[in-house]
Amino acid sequence: MEWLNIFVQGALLGGLYALFAIGLSLAFGIMRLVNIAHGDLIVLSAYVALMAVNATGMNPLVSIVVVVPVMFVLGYLLQRGLLNLTLSGGLLPPLLVTFGISVIIENLLLELVGADTYKLSAGSIETDSLHLGGGIAVGVYPLLVFATAALSIAGLQLLFYRTALGRAFRATSDDADTAELMGVDNRHLYAMAMAIAMIFTALAGVLMAIRTTFDPAAGPIRLIFAFEAVIIGGLGSLWGTLLGGMVLGIAQAVGAALSPTWQILAGHIAFLLILLVRPSGLFPRTRD
Amino acid sequence: MTLLQTRGLRAFYGDFQALFDVDVTVAEGETVAIIGANGAGKTTFLRAVAGALSCGAEMVEFDGARVGALSAHEIVRRGIAMVPEGRRLFPSLTVEENLLLGGYCGRPGAWTLARVYELFPVLEERRAIPATSLSGGQQQMAAIGRALMSNPRLLLCDELSLGLAPVVIRDIYARLESITADGTALVIVEQDISRALEASTRFYCFQEGRVALTAACRGFDQEALTSAYFGL
Repeated sequence: MEWLNIFVQGALLGGLYALFAIGLSLAFGIMRLVNIAHGDLIVLSAYVALMAVNATGMNPLVSIVVVVPVMFVLGYLLQRGLLNLTLSGGLLPPLLVTFGISVIIENLLLELVGADTYKLSAGSIETDSLHLGGGIAVGVYPLLVFATAALSIAGLQLLFYRTALGRAFRATSDDADTAELMGVDNRHLYAMAMAIAMIFTALAGVLMAIRTTFDPAAGPIRLIFAFEAVIIGGLGSLWGTLLGGMVLGIAQAVGAALSPTWQILAGHIAFLLILLVRPSGLFPRTRD
Repeated sequence: MTLLQTRGLRAFYGDFQALFDVDVTVAEGETVAIIGANGAGKTTFLRAVAGALSCGAEMVEFDGARVGALSAHEIVRRGIAMVPEGRRLFPSLTVEENLLLGGYCGRPGAWTLARVYELFPVLEERRAIPATSLSGGQQQMAAIGRALMSNPRLLLCDELSLGLAPVVIRDIYARLESITADGTALVIVEQDISRALEASTRFYCFQEGRVALTAACRGFDQEALTSAYFGL
């Protein structure tokens, strides 16, 4: 029973990792843009939530209605004003530019808010739990995070397969030049892609800040978790990303149960093992 | 009335100049053929008109406006659509989604999904399968339908017959007539000269990036065409 419990907790933690990964996966899937600043943008979202909570005293969960629009606009402007300029020269220029952005965000946060560690408190929801019988109890908050991840992916699937914007995303991902010839404004479309990616980055940042502590240097490890979830799940598959997050979460939970020092390492080992066995992930979907 | 006019159109690929002072005129509802050997600049001309290659604003005039400097997605909104060489359908999209994407710019007009299916009934039967699972001829139909969905006033067709069986080519050309019937102008780039001349009223023969000869498709001088085509 104890092991079953560990598996369930790990799987739910995977929901948070999937949320980390969605924005990264969208930017790569639509624009072939590897966003090294992704983890720092998650942490930036947490700080935006912190400021909103400090200014108004609102519950951090409510601050989502502030953080999401702020990050949406920031994502649009960042892509339109800067990242679009890097896309014509292959994979390397966006890699270098987003690495620079990562350094800038971390240092700006250090300068403006300092190196202190913060955590947002959402009240009793953090400690409430549901008893499922048989000695299994799941926290209400991890369940909420997991449900948010699953609903986010379901929503994105609807966007991609049921709307004109989603069709344009898929067409541009296939062949950007021809999409432009068919009337798609790629610069605007890419900016929309980054803006939408930032909705999930913002959600991930706020939900992370309630679950765990954060500081300006907390970005890169989130980036790595996000990468691992995407790669385990298979590039281009959103449901695969959720599964990848769950695999990562379970591996970490099992590692932590063996010895607390093994938590993070166990996740990386699981990632490497899956790369060895299935180099293109569990559910690869990309064609090229 | 003149719909499209290029004046001194020049186009470059990097330092390489592909078009030299090309003057082409297309009237409303007219079908014009552009012929020429490989590398004569036919596709480059279409790409420059469609906005995929940048050129000077004054070099392309469409419907009385200077459109040479606009980008491709803005040109589509003005009413110029392109059927690109090699079809270039989107492999992740179904047949129907490819057609719907053609209507992305939302230009109003007579062409709807229903009317494209009326023109090419086989596409309706196969609308839910990935576009690249269609046969070559059906893919060409889907590419034409996708371009029509933007309700163009000028349709640019690049190598419609490429890689298709003669019977399929005849079928597709027969249906082009119902596209021009309601006033849409057509520019046809073709390797198959007799096919292109048969379908058009006038032609331009390109040679090494220049217009070498232009004439009506009926009663022109065969020898003049031969020398313009081969540069003799």
